[in-house]
Amino acid sequence: MSLLDGKKVIIIGDRDGIPAPAMVECLKDTGAEVVFSSTECFV
Amino acid sequence: MDLENQNRVKTLTEKHGAENMLILLGAAEAESAGLAAETVTNGDPTFAGPLAGVQLGLKVYHAVEPEFKDAVNPDVYDEQIGMMEMVLDVDGIVEEMNNIRSEFCKY
Amino acid sequence: MSFPVIKGTGYVLVHTPDVMHHHGTTQSLERAAHPDSEYLKSLNAHTRSYDDVVAYAPNQTYIGNLHPEELRQIATPWFQNGMANAQRVGAFGEIMPQDEFYGLMKISDAFDLVSLEEGFLMKVKEKLEAHPLFKDDVSKLGSGDTQADVERFINEHHADPLFHEGHLVGCVKRAHDVDVSLTAHIIFENLVSKASGVLAMKHLVDKTGLDVNSIDYVIECSEEACGDMNQRGGGNFAKAIAEVVGAVNATGSDLRAFCAAPTHALIEAAALVKAGVYENVVVVAGGATAKLGMNGKDHVKKEMPLLEDVVGGFAVLVSQNDGVNPVIRTDLIGRHTVGTGSSPQAVITSLITAPLDKGGLKITDIDKYSVEMQNPDITKPAGAGDVPEANYKMIGALGVKRGDLERADLPTFVTKHGMPGWAPTQGHIPSGIPYVGYAQQDLTTGKLNKTMIVGKGSLFLARMTNLFDGVSVVLERNSGEVEAPGTGISKKEIKEMIVEAMKDVAAQLMKE
Repeated sequence: MSLLDGKKVIIIGDRDGIPAPAMVECLKDTGAEVVFSSTECFV
Repeated sequence: MDLENQNRVKTLTEKHGAENMLILLGAAEAESAGLAAETVTNGDPTFAGPLAGVQLGLKVYHAVEPEFKDAVNPDVYDEQIGMMEMVLDVDGIVEEMNNIRSEFCKY
Repeated sequence: MSFPVIKGTGYVLVHTPDVMHHHGTTQSLERAAHPDSEYLKSLNAHTRSYDDVVAYAPNQTYIGNLHPEELRQIATPWFQNGMANAQRVGAFGEIMPQDEFYGLMKISDAFDLVSLEEGFLMKVKEKLEAHPLFKDDVSKLGSGDTQADVERFINEHHADPLFHEGHLVGCVKRAHDVDVSLTAHIIFENLVSKASGVLAMKHLVDKTGLDVNSIDYVIECSEEACGDMNQRGGGNFAKAIAEVVGAVNATGSDLRAFCAAPTHALIEAAALVKAGVYENVVVVAGGATAKLGMNGKDHVKKEMPLLEDVVGGFAVLVSQNDGVNPVIRTDLIGRHTVGTGSSPQAVITSLITAPLDKGGLKITDIDKYSVEMQNPDITKPAGAGDVPEANYKMIGALGVKRGDLERADLPTFVTKHGMPGWAPTQGHIPSGIPYVGYAQQDLTTGKLNKTMIVGKGSLFLARMTNLFDGVSVVLERNSGEVEAPGTGISKKEIKEMIVEAMKDVAAQLMKE
């Protein structure tokens, strides 16, 4: 828990890895605030 | 890392303070994870974007690392990310991320 | 149920080295930001010759000369193991050289926007006169312009230069003085998409022996937008391509869905034919100049040739059931919906297992999955991994989670139900559709029974939605039975049903 508490999080997802919205879901109900998220596509 | 995303990292870090930031990555490969991690710590290694030569030293983790996995609800993690543990090279990613952090992370 | 069938395909590549140097966005952005960069200076040294491009095994697979399972046998990286005696022409199409393609762009140009230098044009005319599919179109080339005129168009009228082997050989003019949707650059990209689509559709007609007049509808599914400033993406590439190909009885429309478009188009073509709206629908798309040399910086850094030096195109004919060709199972469609969510598990469930469950099928009942078939020679050095393999691992991983297979069987699943990637990184071009030509073979003269075509699209790139997208469809071996048109049930069956109903009524009356 201490990893996330009070943190402002920027999520850089990968369409072929873990997309950003999936990580956003995981951060709900934690002590972190998502300030920006984006999914990148390399192909 | 996409140039626009580099820009966001830079401006949001200026706004909130580097010590308060956490960058979370979902890269598909160890190499691209390392590249993104290096970009937000030691600067864009390809010297293409706003973070070229900018050493933010931010705390950065990949979603499959145990530190992140242990910090979130296990059921949600399993539903959103769990399957990818069989697909991604988790060990390779963890190793790459640890190397970058130990070398460049300031926080 | 009478399903529509895959009646034929056409697949083409165009070698476009100079176009890559000048119009690939990686190169054009670099030129704008760092015109003297080492990367730009190194481009020539890393550019392949036409012969090398023809001999490149994945390209031979793309045009139908080397089955994906045979490609798998060739040692990687493939750019180090060119094929001897490789042919320009394939079972599905051809690999066209750049100079002839500039001629094809001129042939496809209805507004005199393509200007070719007269000397260069003479040589191209000669070559196209020898091309079986275009010898009758050579008159559309005209006689060309002087070098002075070409330079004037470029220097004074904002035309986009055309280079061949480093020499200026022509240009593409802008279509309007002030309209930002009709700039020379946009006209150029659109003409490349149109002309490569024309090439693919011409090959489809040629390879199937189809009467071009029997085509009633065309669906174009590239990722370009043609229009003017008042209707930026109005279209209609489909009809424009149909016109050049000579499909006089067809109309058409453009379908846009990023990289998932070809699979969306295949499903919609199937729906139109199955519903009896049309009899012969062609799905077609040309390629993208913007993506040429996309990963060039990584390729050059790793001392490799620039492998993204070809524009791709394809065409697929969907027709009524003929009792022979593989059917399109319009009842087994996968869809990533608005509510599906973006977790890999949800994506794979919606695209793969949802339709399979509906059909009572296991993940292992599909003999081959055609996912995003990008060539790993291109993507691995760029840090983007092996895309088809990652997709197969995801499908297998879901299978493991559901209990359809054991975790230890994952690697064999990938080989048995997957294929190595071979298509160029041209966005929509590698997505699901490259395998359809081979699927037609594998599901008729070959040994397979069911294949699945899966298309995926990164909609979030347009910044209109954060959503992802995808659709999938099963192709199956034809059972050989064809329902006669107009009959869903026979007269005998109807009589039998009436007799049964009357017996029931009689029995009821007896009881009362």
